[in-house]
Parts: sequence; structure tokens; C-alpha cells
Amino acid sequence: MDRNLLIISTVCFLAAVVRTGIVLRTGFFRPGKFNFLAIGLGFLFQTAFLSIRGHAVGRCPLTNLFEVFIFLAWAVALIYLLVGPAYRLSLMGAFTAPLVVLLQGFALIAPIDIRHPVNLPANPSLEFHASVSLVAYGAFALACIAGVMYLVQERQLKTHQLRSIFYHLPPLTDLFAAITRLLWWGFILYTVGIVSGFFTGRPLPRVQVVAAIGVWLLYAAILQGRYLRRIAPKRIAALCIVGFSVALTLLWGITFSAQTHSVP
Amino acid sequence: MNLFCVGLSHHTANVETRERFAGGAGSECTLREAGCAEALVLATCNRVEVYAASEKRVSTDQIAECLLQKAEVNDRGHSEALPFYRYEAAKCVQHLFRVASGLDSMVVGETEILGQTKKAYQSARETGAVGPCLHRLFQRAFRVAKQVRTYTEITRGSVSVGSVAVDLAQKIFGKLSDCGVLVLGAGETSERTVRTLISRGANDLRVSNRSNDRAEELAQRVGGRAVRFDEWPQQCSEIDILITSTSSETPLLTPTNLGPMLANRIDRPLFIIDIAVPRDVDPTVNEMDGVYLYDIDALRSVAEQSLAVRRQQIASAEAIIAEHVADFFDKISGELTRGSQITAGSPVADSSLPASQL
Repeated sequence: MDRNLLIISTVCFLAAVVRTGIVLRTGFFRPGKFNFLAIGLGFLFQTAFLSIRGHAVGRCPLTNLFEVFIFLAWAVALIYLLVGPAYRLSLMGAFTAPLVVLLQGFALIAPIDIRHPVNLPANPSLEFHASVSLVAYGAFALACIAGVMYLVQERQLKTHQLRSIFYHLPPLTDLFAAITRLLWWGFILYTVGIVSGFFTGRPLPRVQVVAAIGVWLLYAAILQGRYLRRIAPKRIAALCIVGFSVALTLLWGITFSAQTHSVP
Repeated sequence: MNLFCVGLSHHTANVETRERFAGGAGSECTLREAGCAEALVLATCNRVEVYAASEKRVSTDQIAECLLQKAEVNDRGHSEALPFYRYEAAKCVQHLFRVASGLDSMVVGETEILGQTKKAYQSARETGAVGPCLHRLFQRAFRVAKQVRTYTEITRGSVSVGSVAVDLAQKIFGKLSDCGVLVLGAGETSERTVRTLISRGANDLRVSNRSNDRAEELAQRVGGRAVRFDEWPQQCSEIDILITSTSSETPLLTPTNLGPMLANRIDRPLFIIDIAVPRDVDPTVNEMDGVYLYDIDALRSVAEQSLAVRRQQIASAEAIIAEHVADFFDKISGELTRGSQITAGSPVADSSLPASQL
């Protein structure tokens, strides 16, 4: 039942991707409400899935890699729904949906939904640490998407080849402001996540701590470069993409290593 | 009831002919005396058209006579030679829908015509010259124009060099009110571009020219301030948009001299509009981070791209219009027949609709 909800959710996001693909092929891109509605609907089904799964496992559904990926996809959609309309970046939906489809599609296809016997009682501090960290990943994902949008727009301006999408993307300075805000949101949430990790009452595996601090340092360096005006906006945008790719890879590693150690 | 349109436009008449009819707007009363139950004159610099509904056929000559009368032109004998076109019934409906949507304009997809059509409609409505037939026709035309703009890219981008430059500036900076603009060279082209920027909100303007007097004159005209020519490089760290149109034989800006100027503004883009020939800015400047250089050819190329896209969209726009023409004419043809029976013998002015229905 719960996986069916997830499949429906993935179909909703896929509908947004397909629509974007079709309109891009016609060369006439017109952002409408469709993407926003499709993502909104997909988000509702994601939430329903996580809720049912949470009740089933008796805690925040982050007990295996499958749930971590779904929770991450949920966080990406959540941040998009919060940020997209506020900063008039509704076109972000066209870029957000493919990432969510990839995360959920992989989670559904790969044999990673392994139910572990839960021996220990629920630990709210640990759940808080994990969920806040994943919402921070959602913000980093959106910063990555805004970075892609920035690079697309920048490339068109540099080459003087303006395609249909150019007229529907926000101005460069607005995109850069959005990237900065998303980086800040992600960085603050991630810091809270890391700090709270030290108050879970359980020893944290060293690999996880090193990986988490590595990601934190990477984003701290990007933000420092931005504020000291040492890195050009184009490079910040590219670093957001690199940063999220690294963070996602390490998340996999952290989750994998956590599964091999203990289950919350 | 006959629904028809008589007019001349840039397609059929040269500017001398069109300007003879420039005063033709407001001829509705004369047209009604000539036998039109409802009449509306659309007079712009590119067209003079009469849209009318009448019980009996009113000839093209009669319409031309009315327009000439109003325009106070003393050469009515030549009206027969004038290149008027005439569209009846569905063709008239189609023509108006095309005009309102900008398909019949000199610059395909321009939107000014819609505002002019609305104004002409409003003016005719106030004089009571518009009745139920033209009311429905024009309301539908406004709807069609909106739909064409929404569902096609007929209005996408700009097709003039000045507007392209301003559009690009907005795509880089968003609000132009927060942007500093420096103009190098006080020529006519610079002034035109600056005025377009001002019309979109730019207000921090600086002008620099080899002759400081000319810089001050232009600065005064556009509401900016003059900067001595030897001081303009220092301004580059503060401004966002640079317009250059000097007559310098060698490039004023190269990566070598621009690099230090940009040292403290790495997080802010610089948009350079080089409209000088020969160019004032070395093309390799465009390769620098955060610098967007558009010379006159690049701006023209963008304008041509937009125009090409607009032309590609004509077929889609025509399809929308054809659908509306068929639907509108189906609906109105029966009513026109009934209307002609009802309004037979009634005063023309009675056919105007109350404001609440408009």
C-alpha cells in the first residue's frame, strides 16, 4: 500500500518532467501552473507515504537507505514548494522534478528497502538530528538546481544564443540571490543537524562524523568565498552542483555505514 | 446587417497617403450619416480602418469620402485612386482579429496596436457609434489578442536594437532602478539607448565624453551627471551597465585594463553595450567572468532571432484566430439577421449598449 503511494507520487513528478520535455522540444517554453500542481500533488503522496511508513516503524522513517532517499526527495519538494513561488522561481519546478524522479525512481527500483528488525526504542534526538540534516540536504539540492538554472542563463547570455527558456528564467542577480539564501538555509540547518548529532546520547561512528564535517566545511568554504568576494557567481553556481553531488555521495556512504553499525 | 471593414495600411499605402488620413479618427458621425448603423475608426500611423455595420451596402467610395471629409483634405477627387481594401463578413472579423493580435503590424507581434484598438473602441463607444454588433466583435477581438499572446510566442523578445539591450539588462539585473549606468560618448544612439533604459526604471546615469560640454548637455537632457573623460575608468567599479559609442579608433576597453577595474566587484555582473563602429571594446572582454558584452551585431542578431521566432509563431496564431472567426461568425450571423429585422427603422444611436454591458 505505502509503496503504491510512492509510485503515484513518482508518476506526478514524472508528469512534470514529461511536460517540460515536450514543451522544450517545441521550442516554446511557457511555465504554467501544471508543474507546480504536479509537484504539489506528488508531495502530498510522498507525505502520505512517509506518514504511513512512520507509523509502521514507530519512528521517523529513516531506518534504511530507501527511506533516506524518499525523505530527501520529500525535503527537496518541500523546499521547492516553500521557495519556488516566493522567489518567483516557478520554473525551478522544471528542474526540481527530474531530481525527485531520479531519487524516488532509484529508491523504488534498487533493492534497498530492507526492513531491519528494530530492537532499540525510538530516540527523538537522533530522529531530529537525521531529519534536520536531510531537510538541509533538500536546501542544498535546491541551491544546486538554482545553480543549474544560473549556468543555463549565463551560458545563453555569453554566447548570445537566446532560446525560449531564456525568457522564462529569472534574472541572473535574482538567481544568485536565491542560491545564496538556499546555501544559508542549508548551512544553518546542517549545522543544527550536526550539533544535535552530538546530543543523541549514542556514540557516532567516526566515518559519519568526518563525512558530515567534510560536507559542512565544503559549504562553509563556498559561503566564505561568496562573502569575501573571492569566487565569481558562476563558480559559486558550479560549486553548488559539485557540493550537492559530493554531499549526496557521502549521504549514501553515511547511511550505508549507519546500517552496518546499528539501526536507530 | 452587413459587417465590413474598409481601410488602408502600410501594406497598401505609403506614408504620404496614410498621413492624409491621420485626422480620420472621429469620423463615426459622418459615417453614420452615410448609412452605417455602427461605425468605428481605427487610425494609427500604420493604418486607417473603418469597421462598420450597416443595413444597406455602403460603398468604399462613400467611406473614403467620409474619412477625407473629417481629415479636411482638399483632394477628394483622388479618393477613387486610393488603395483602400475592403473585407466583408467573416473576412472582416478575421482581419480585425489579426490586427488586434499584431499579425498585420509592420513589426509582427507588436502589442501597441492592441492598446490603440482599445482606445479607438472606447472613443467610439463614448460617442454612441458602437452598437451590439461592433461591441461583440471588438470584445472578441480583445479576447483573441490576449489568447494569441498567451498561447504563442508572437510577442517574444524585442525586435529593435535599443529594446533588445534593455531586455538583456533586465535579464541580468532584474530591476534597473538599482543599476548604475555609464554612457561613454554623447552621440544620438547612446541617447536613444539611455532613454530606453530610463523608460524601464534606470535612474543612476553618468555621461562621459571627450568634449565635456557635450557630456554635460546629454547628462542634463537625460537627468544624469557628467563625468570627465579621464575619470570614467574609476566609475567602472560602481556601475552595472556601460554603453559605449565613442569614435575611438582603438578599443577603449581590453581585458588588460578592465581586469583591475573589476577587481572589487567580482560578485556583480557588468553589462557592456558597445554600439560604436569601430568597436570600443575588445571582443575578448566577453570571456571575462561576470562580463556580458554585446556589440551592435550581437544586438541585431538577438533582434533577428526574436523576429524569426515571431514569424514561426504566425501559423499557431492564425490557427487560434481561424477558430475564433468560425465560432464568432456562427454566433453572430443569426443575430445579425434578427438584428436587422429589429433595428429596421429605429434610430442609429439607440443601438449603443449601456455602459454596464460593456
